[in-house]
Amino acid sequence: MVEKQFTITDEAGIHARPASALVGSLAKFKSDITLEHKGKKVNLKSILGVMSLGVSSGSTVTIAADGEDENEAIEQITNVMKSEGLADQ
Amino acid sequence: MSTSLSGIAASNGIAFAKAFRLENPKLNVEKTTVENPEKEVSRLDAALAKSVAELEVIQQRTREQISDKEAAIFGAHLLVLSDPELIGPIKEKITNDKQNAESALKETADGFVEMFEAMDNEYMKERAADIRDVTKRVLAHLLGVSIQNPSMISEEVIIIAEDLTPSDTVQLNPQFVQGFVTEIGGRTSHSAILARTLEIPAVVGAKSLMATIENGVFVIVDGLDGKVIINPDAATISEYQVKKAQHEEQKAEWAKLKNEATVTADGQAVEIGANIGTPKDTTGVLENGGEAIGLYRTEFLYMGREEFPTEEQQYEAYASVLKAMEGKPTVVRTLDIGGDKELSYLDLPKELNPFLGLRAIRLCLEMPDMFRTQLRALLRASIHGNLKIMFPMIATLEEFRNAKALLLEEKAKLLEEGIEVSDSIEVGIMVEIPSTAVMADVFAKEVDFFSIGTNDLIQYTMAADRMNEQVSYLYQPFNPAILRLVKMVIDASHREGKWTGMCGEMAGDEIAIPILLGLGLDEFSMSASSILKARAQISKLSKADMASHTERILALGTSDEVEAYVKSIVS
Repeated sequence: MVEKQFTITDEAGIHARPASALVGSLAKFKSDITLEHKGKKVNLKSILGVMSLGVSSGSTVTIAADGEDENEAIEQITNVMKSEGLADQ
Repeated sequence: MSTSLSGIAASNGIAFAKAFRLENPKLNVEKTTVENPEKEVSRLDAALAKSVAELEVIQQRTREQISDKEAAIFGAHLLVLSDPELIGPIKEKITNDKQNAESALKETADGFVEMFEAMDNEYMKERAADIRDVTKRVLAHLLGVSIQNPSMISEEVIIIAEDLTPSDTVQLNPQFVQGFVTEIGGRTSHSAILARTLEIPAVVGAKSLMATIENGVFVIVDGLDGKVIINPDAATISEYQVKKAQHEEQKAEWAKLKNEATVTADGQAVEIGANIGTPKDTTGVLENGGEAIGLYRTEFLYMGREEFPTEEQQYEAYASVLKAMEGKPTVVRTLDIGGDKELSYLDLPKELNPFLGLRAIRLCLEMPDMFRTQLRALLRASIHGNLKIMFPMIATLEEFRNAKALLLEEKAKLLEEGIEVSDSIEVGIMVEIPSTAVMADVFAKEVDFFSIGTNDLIQYTMAADRMNEQVSYLYQPFNPAILRLVKMVIDASHREGKWTGMCGEMAGDEIAIPILLGLGLDEFSMSASSILKARAQISKLSKADMASHTERILALGTSDEVEAYVKSIVS
């Protein structure tokens, strides 16, 4: 399992548009991918799950991928976080 | 007899037409037991597939007719239709409980709707409407009911609806749909945002709308004041026709000024800039015809996080603003924190008088390592545009000299490291402490520019805490004491061939603008949405004329007298 933390810098937090880009980019991965925020964990392949967390700007989230393509998944997530302006690391 | 309803003004403009009620079909869902769950799952899959196909068409249409940005919301809707957390439980209900597809869908979707509606964030609450919109479509297909199609409207109407789903809104053809009114919704709901993009007047959140307005009655939508007038009489109609004409004239006048310079009636140019807090705000500055950024508040980079932003993170933010401004002047204010603005990761002792305490430049000089990181990031970014660096809360000349010395040290280090730094960075100060305004003639010999921060200058001059309502009557921008200080600063800068800007609330105020123009202010920095209005106002004022009143204004006794005097000369 691979884990990575992100600090959300988008001032609107994880809102619908970047969340769609993020979730939409993950369908091809076989790994289980989760997003954890304030002790609540959701399936990152679920747009409703991601939106239900209501992640606001400045929060830290932990993303974990588990499966054969876990490293590629984390790399993809990092790229999308950056290109969508959600987080900058 | 005409009646009217009030709501939230969601999109500017005034429209007249007859009402067209857009009503949701009755989707009655009964819970039944099915014999063949497999068949039921394939019925669900078929309804999902039809819905996906429709949404793809709507998404494409939106992309072509509106923008990629607006089309993105349908991307989210499509993702909902394939969401494992939604579809999984529905199929489980069908397979395990032999429940019919309609009720399985409704129960599961309602769970999400309730969850979003319970969130304490306005934006998230409105996402409940997205889920309803998507599930309504699938339900209609399952029930074999057709959804009313707004794109079929072929005469001028005003849409009256309980709520408009995003997919309804994009189907509204602005050629026929003159405006719309909804019973629920807020300024940030999709339909409100789309109305502004399409430039259709709209009022949302008009209570008891559906119970009041019948199909076909004549209505006026006033998207300026959030009103709906039903069956207006002739006098009301002509009143609104005048209001509409005035609004359109003003809009056309402002739009023409977007790419124009700011020039007074007697041909004197001044500069209008904008105040921004984050790089994203730059778009709004350019869309509103800003000639500069007069104040970039960098503290937002430091706020809402758990540690200091790195040099690299700061560099990227500054560089993106400078690049976007394409060589237009960009004044970046170094960190103004402390006082009432706290950082969770910076443990500062509690102070009795935070506004008079360790804040802004005082704190930066106390914590030079933190300050140097910001200065390095700024210096590195300087090659991407026209950077001007401004130090906040300067009270003494030593503070300015010390801050500038740190800047020059970091510049020398960067050059030694072989990193390019612009050679034409102006270095200025905020004038917000009376001691600095009084000493402006001396400061002017060493700084490249002044920017007057009126909110703090007023509170420090009047010795009145601007957060304390008990003394709020002392917040007097037009008090001659303030105006005299402003004049001292502007005159001092001009004597040394330097310039003065103003970046407080006052710079965009319509009473202040004539006075400031007369005093010779060079740059007015305000919120982006005020720029065109201010430019229109300035274009009608003569600088020489305003200057001829300065002496009399400064000799007046009170703030009210100044306000009354200005009103008498400009109207």
